[in-house]
Formats: sequence, structure tokens, C-alpha cells
Amino acid sequence: MTSFVSNLSLIGPEVALTLAALALLVGGAVRGEKANNLINTISIVVLLFAAVLGLRSAGADPTQAFGGALILDRLALFAKTAILLSAALVLVIGAGFLKIEKIVKYEYAILILLATLGMMVMVSANDLLSLYIGLELQSLSLYVLAAFNRSSLRASEAGLKYFVLGALSSGLLLYGMSLVYGFAGTTRFEGIAEAAHMDASVGLVIGVVFVLSGLAFKISAVPFHMWTPDVYQGAPTPVTAFFASAPKFAAIALIARLLMGPFSDMMDQWQQVVVALSVLSMTVGYFGAIMQRNIKRLMAYSSIANMGYAMIALAAGSQRGLEALLLYMGLYLITTLGMFACILAMRQSEGMVENIDDLAGLSQNQRGLAISFSVLLFSIAGLPPMAGFFGKLYIFLAAVEGGLLWLAIYGAVLSVVGAFYYLRIVKIMWFDEPAPAFVPSSLVLPLTAGAAAFMMVPGAVWLLPALERWSQAAAASLF
Amino acid sequence: MNTLPHILSLITFLPLLGAVVLVVFRMSARGEDADVIDRNAPSVALATSLITFGMSLWALMDFNMADPGFQFVEKANWFGDMSYHLGVDGISLSLIVLTTFLMPLCFIASWGVVKKRVTEYMVAFLVLETLMIGVFSSLDIVLFYIFFEAGLIPMFLIIGVWGGAERVYAAFKFFLYTLLGSVLMLIAVVAMILTAGTTDMVALLDYDFPLGMQTWLWLGFFASFAVKMPMWPVHTWLPDAHVQAPTAGSVILAGVLLKMGGYGFIRFSLPMFPDASQTFAPLVFTLSVIAIIYTSLVAFRQTDMKKLIAYSSVAHMGFVTIGIFSMNVIGVQGAMFQMISHGIVSGALFLIVGVIYDRMHTREIAAYGGLAQRMPVYATIFMLFTMANVGLPGTSGFIGEFLTMVGGYQVSSWIAFGAAFGVILSAVYALTLYKKVIYGTITNAKLEDISDMVRREVITFSPLVIATIVLGVWPSLLTDMTGPAVEALVEHIAAAVEPSILEGMQ
Repeated sequence: MTSFVSNLSLIGPEVALTLAALALLVGGAVRGEKANNLINTISIVVLLFAAVLGLRSAGADPTQAFGGALILDRLALFAKTAILLSAALVLVIGAGFLKIEKIVKYEYAILILLATLGMMVMVSANDLLSLYIGLELQSLSLYVLAAFNRSSLRASEAGLKYFVLGALSSGLLLYGMSLVYGFAGTTRFEGIAEAAHMDASVGLVIGVVFVLSGLAFKISAVPFHMWTPDVYQGAPTPVTAFFASAPKFAAIALIARLLMGPFSDMMDQWQQVVVALSVLSMTVGYFGAIMQRNIKRLMAYSSIANMGYAMIALAAGSQRGLEALLLYMGLYLITTLGMFACILAMRQSEGMVENIDDLAGLSQNQRGLAISFSVLLFSIAGLPPMAGFFGKLYIFLAAVEGGLLWLAIYGAVLSVVGAFYYLRIVKIMWFDEPAPAFVPSSLVLPLTAGAAAFMMVPGAVWLLPALERWSQAAAASLF
Repeated sequence: MNTLPHILSLITFLPLLGAVVLVVFRMSARGEDADVIDRNAPSVALATSLITFGMSLWALMDFNMADPGFQFVEKANWFGDMSYHLGVDGISLSLIVLTTFLMPLCFIASWGVVKKRVTEYMVAFLVLETLMIGVFSSLDIVLFYIFFEAGLIPMFLIIGVWGGAERVYAAFKFFLYTLLGSVLMLIAVVAMILTAGTTDMVALLDYDFPLGMQTWLWLGFFASFAVKMPMWPVHTWLPDAHVQAPTAGSVILAGVLLKMGGYGFIRFSLPMFPDASQTFAPLVFTLSVIAIIYTSLVAFRQTDMKKLIAYSSVAHMGFVTIGIFSMNVIGVQGAMFQMISHGIVSGALFLIVGVIYDRMHTREIAAYGGLAQRMPVYATIFMLFTMANVGLPGTSGFIGEFLTMVGGYQVSSWIAFGAAFGVILSAVYALTLYKKVIYGTITNAKLEDISDMVRREVITFSPLVIATIVLGVWPSLLTDMTGPAVEALVEHIAAAVEPSILEGMQ
């Protein structure tokens, strides 16, 4: 009994999140629609509380909980903090949109809490079973969120598409996990690592490939990306912002833990798969975005391309690679959420607009928003002196060190293609004649965008060293 | 010496400070106040650039001309392996002074001419100034790269927002062309950092990279600098960018941004990859001679004045690359001189086009003729810079072309022959342009009441006129400054080159 309590105390943030989600669900059911605002606010507070709790209780040494089903190390801590903060931010910037579109439901915040809980389990999974439970809790919540706007045809389509393809990927994952279990004889990561070290049999290799395929779906790596543009476009914009941020971080942290933990001795095998996924994702992501007129679809392709970039670092398979990956993903989270804050501010008198041409002349209508958006775009394009450049630089350093020179060159050349379509948005905002101005949004959106942009500019001076230190500490926990 | 502490940081970031002040005021202003800010922004920008120029002169005074090493060094740890490391030698300080010298002139030239989004215009130029000075003063390779590539952003906006009719195409072409070259250099930088284990340029200068690797690193850097320079055949972005950019944008583009390519060759390619530079020198000479002859011929056929000057810039940069890769003292000195001289002369020529463009709103050569009758002062100044462009003795253009040709002659007489042929061609196109625009009778009725240069324009040109003539008759003013650094560089290369490569060259 005491061991159970001490285990629970190790996962304080998760417990807090669970209890809060359940209590809020009851509260919502009792109080009905009147409690929407309150539930949203409480959820934000709970998420922030969980982040603080996690940071406070973190020890320097990795600890295992529940007999090794979960592991609490610096990597998990880094990922959890990032996930919790981005979930809270999504709730902050999304509230206005839901109110205007009249789709406020108290389940929205609760589903985000549950999805976040799932992600937290994912990033500290130390066993195939806890991995799967976390992943499914996250996915099921996200399926519902995608179709959250029930009256919209597109949203329903998005939800259904996401669910069907997601179920397929879960099937692939489970199949791969059963193969791994069959050939390694255990679901515990340490055991798998031992088995892989002794003898990486063909069955284990096939299992790894299936597991990777299932997880590649979650980070929308090509060729498992088909759902991304449709779901991004169809889902309500705050939900899209959520899709593009926290789940991507959780999934890639999970992949990193798997590949560099239990499967680290099979690097020769999985490296080829990751390189292929990376090349395909960058190609499809960067070239696919050129033709997009809808900014949410464009963000979908942009996130595919960015995941391709992140996988360069993953493919390096080294401590430097993991550090670069975490730094890059941290910057990606901030940039993406800032950009979605800008997208959420795109509202004209007749409703929300999503076409990039609606941004025309934004620099004359809303100078502050245009500057923030441009800085974020330059940053995600990887142009110095924006912080995004350092993310790319670290990835190149890791790749060249890991002998992936050609992958680095390919990524660098494709980033020019990326620069083209990011710049096109800048061009529309700065060079074109003004379109009808946007209806003033709540102050939260420009402030969020401005804060994100601010972190990208002088970020080179103060945010980056901090982020670099954290990602270094987190990366060290796997090596 | 009682140098101001952190003088390089001050020179580098003072323009940025001015830009930040303008942004803060403009962002917080509403209604009437915004117009007031727009009216006063040019004065703020001009004052900032003048103070920066003054400080760079101060640095020049304190600069020890005899010392070939880096001076005013500042160093602080940043994060990762990177450091904030600044310092200048004669080569970089002369380019910094060129930058700070041209910048106030750009602001005077735009005074009252730029009417839309004035504050933003000033901010873009001030940010650009910081980035350009940063390129020349960085001693950390990552810091250098940041300044080098970040310069694209303000220039992209300058061309795209305040440019001509085809500005979007030109802005994108400029940006993507240059970026493609730069990312290849970035990979080379990454490889260098990993091999040498440092980002410090002073340490990298002494690091001996293995032969095979040098080839690839050299090509990576070449991709970037050749586009920036620009060398034939990757020069095609330049005419578009020049034609569409506003006058001040063209001045900075021709005056300073192109020099980053030459500076890069001198600072990185030559000393860090001496063997590869030897190996590839024939390639560079070939491209340079083609550039000089081919683009001179192309310039002759242009109907747009700015395009003509843009092509002539490509030809003049050909002299610079010949001088640099001759790898002897006289050649590199000539390249440095040619860069500074071209910065002044081509900047002046773009301003000259700007003067009549502001009046007539066309750059077509055919629209002009007989301007000497209405604009005598203008015709005189135009004449001086045409002569400087051709390389007439007594102007700064002569010294640069002569020294680079002597440098090239020591390597091969054919190079000097090709370059000299280009000088003749430059006289053909430059004098033709002058004849068509200035001489003859006034055929275009609109030219009848064109006014001569006003005081603001005369003020813009006088420093340029003085600089061109002073450097033309007293070249040691500049060569004494760059001399020690260039000599040290040439000695370093001679000591570092593997004997086997030299034998292969003979």
C-alpha cells in the first residue's frame, strides 16, 4: 500500500490532471453550459499547476514508478513541461474563437486535459503497455476534438478521417509491439534493449519497423501524412493549434526514447527508415505547401516538413542529435503556437477567414500583428538572427557529426523552398495592397503572437541558452 | 591608446538602437502623432548614421596601421560553442568605414523622395547597416553567418515594399538566389566547426584542414560568395534587384552588399583553404574574364540605365576576383582598392540615375538626351563618375583596375589581356551612356523644364566626388591601411600551400 502511495506521489502532475478532469466532468454535467468559462479557466490553472508540480518534484536521477512501467527522467520532465504549457496556451488562445463560432462546450477543455494526460504517460512510458495506453488516451481524445464542431461537415469529415486512419496506425503499432514482445520476451524497455543487444533477430527488426510506422502516423511523417491537411483544415482552429503543437512533441519524444533506448543497438536498421521518412517528409512538406492557399492547410504541410527536419536530428542517433531535436521542437512549439494566435486573429466582419490572401496589407492595418507574424515566419524558415536558425544549425551539426552529410545538404537546400512559401506570406502582408481589415480580436491573441515573436528575436540572447541547457540535460538522460 | 571601450560593438549596434527607438515611437503613436514620427524619422536616421560614421572615424584614428592582426577585439562567451567575438584588421575596417560613409548619403538621397511608410524605410536601412557592419567585424564564424544572412531580410523588404513595378519578382529572386548559396556555406561552416572543434575565426585561420576536405569546404563557401559577388554565371539576380530597388537600396546593394562576397573570399576562402584556392584559381580566373568581357558587352546593349550600371558592376567585380585569386600582395591590394572604389563610384552612379529618375520617373536611356544644356552641374558630376567607372587615371577606379591587372599579369598574361580588353569595353558602354543622356539636342519635350541639381543633391555628391579624387591621387591613404593585413595574408597562404599543388600549377 505504501509503495502504491509513493508511486502515486511520483506522478503527482498526472494525478492532479486526472482528478481535475473527472471533477470538472461531473461539474460540467451538473452545471451545464453555464460553467463553460469557469471550466476553461480551471483547466488552464490545473495545467499550469501540474507543470509547476512536475518541475518542483523533479529529481536529478531517473526514477521508475509502478514497477518500471513509467520512468521519470529529465527527458520526460522536459517533454511534460513543454506539453503542459502548450496545452494551457491553446486553451488561452482558443477560448475567444469557440465563443464567436458558438461551439463552446465544457467537454472541450476536459478533452484537452485528457489528451494531455495521455501525452504525459507517453513521454514517460518505459513499457510497451504504458506506451500504448498513453497513446490511445491521447488519440481518442483527439479524434473527438477533431470532430468537435458537430454541425460542420468538414469537421465531421476530419474527425472520421482521423479516426479511421488513426485506428489503422494503432493496429500497425500493436502488431509491431506484439512482434517485439514475441521476439524479446518482455514489454519492459530494459528487457527489449537486452534482447536487441544480444541478438537483433529479423522478427525484432520487423517489429521495430511496424512500431515506427504506427508512430510516424502520429507525427504525420510521409507516407503516413495523408490525414494531416484535411484534419488541420477541418478541425476548429484552436484544435488545429493543439494538433500542431503538443501531440507532435509527445510523439517525437516517445520515438526518440524508443529508438535511443530499447532499440539503440539496432541503429543500423532503424536509421535507414528514419532517413527515408525524413527525406520524404521534407520533400512532400516543402513542395506541397507551395500550392496551398488555405493557411491551415499550409500549416499542415509546414508541420510535415518540420517533422522531417526534426527526424534528421533523430536519424543522427547521438546525444547531440537528441539535444538538437529537443531544442528544435521547443522552438517549433513556441513558433507554431504564436502563428496560430495570428491565424485565430484573422476574423473579418462576416466571420473567420482562412485564406492567405486575406492577410493582404496586414502591415498597414495591424502593424503589430504583422511584425509578430513576419518574425515567426522568418524564424520557422530558419533565417538568422531568429531563434529558428539555431534549431537548424544544431540539427546540421548533429547530422554532419553523425555522418549524414547528404541528408543535411538535402535539408538545407529544401529549406530554401520552405523560405519561398513562408516569404510569400510575408510578401502578402507587406507588399500587397490592404484587404479589408480584421475585426479587432481579444487582446490575448496579439499578445501571444507578440510574446512568441519576442522570444524568437532576442531569443538568440536569452531564451536559447536556457533552452539549450535544458535540452542538453534532457538529452543526457538517455545516454 | 585610449580607445573607447567596446567601440566595435557601439559602431555595430548603434544603428540598431536608432531603429528600435523609431519602432517603439511609431508603434505607440496614434493618428496625428504617427505623421509627426514619419516626418522626423529621416532626421533621426540621418543623425544615427552620422554618429555611427563619426565613431567609425574615431576607430580609424585609433587604429594601428602597422599591426596586421585584429584590433579592438571584444570577446564574450555566448552559448554552446559560440562566442561573441569582434575585431577588425585593415581589410575589414576599410569596409566598415565604406559602409558608414555611404549610409548617411543614402538617407540624404531619400530625403523627401520616399513618401510612403517613411519610418519603416528608415528602420529597414538602419537594421541593414547594423547587419553589414556586423559582417565585417565578426570574428566568430557563426556570428558572421548570422549577420551575413540576416541582411537578406531588410533588403528583401526594401526591394519589395519601396521598389518598382516588378519588385516582387526581383525581391524573391534576390532572396532565394542568395539564400541557396548561403545554406550550402552553412553546411560547410558546420563541417568546419565539427572538424576544428571551434567557431573562433582566429583559431580557424590557423587550422590546417585536410586537402580533400578543403575542396568541398571551398566549394561550399564559393557557392555563397560567388552569388553574393556576383560572378558570372550566377549574376542574374543582380540586374533585376538593382532595377527594382529604390535608389538608396541600389546604392547599398552595389556599394556594400556585393563587397561581402569579396570580403568572404579574402577572409575565409584564401587563408582557410589555401590549397583548394590554388587548385580552383584557374576556374575563378576563367569566370572572371568571361564576366568582364561578357557583361561589358551585355551592358552596352541595355536600354535601362540602372541595368547598364548593374551589369558594369558585375564586370568590375570580375577585377576584384582576379585580384584576390592572384594571391600576391599587389593583386589582393588591388582587389581591396577596387572594392572600396567601386563602392563609391557605383553608389554615385546609382544616385546619378536616381536624380533624373526622381524628376522624370523613367530610367530609359532613350527618354533622355541633351541634359548638358539644362543641367550643367549634373553633367559635370556624371562625367567625373563615368570616368572613374572607366578607370581614368586620377580617379580611384584607375588604381583598382591597374593593381588587379598587375596582380593577374604575374599569374598569367592572358588574364591581364582579358581584363584590359574589358577596360576598353567599359569605356565603350560608359561613354555611350554618357553621350546619349547628356549630349545632343533635347528631343523629349518633357526635358525642356528639367531643373539642375538642388542643394540637397549637391551635398549628397560632394563627399563622393572628394573621395573618388582623393583616393585617385593619393592611393596610399587606403593601401597603407590594408597593406599589413594583406601582406600577412599572402605570407600565410604561401606558407600553408602544399608544395605539390604549386608544382602542378607550373
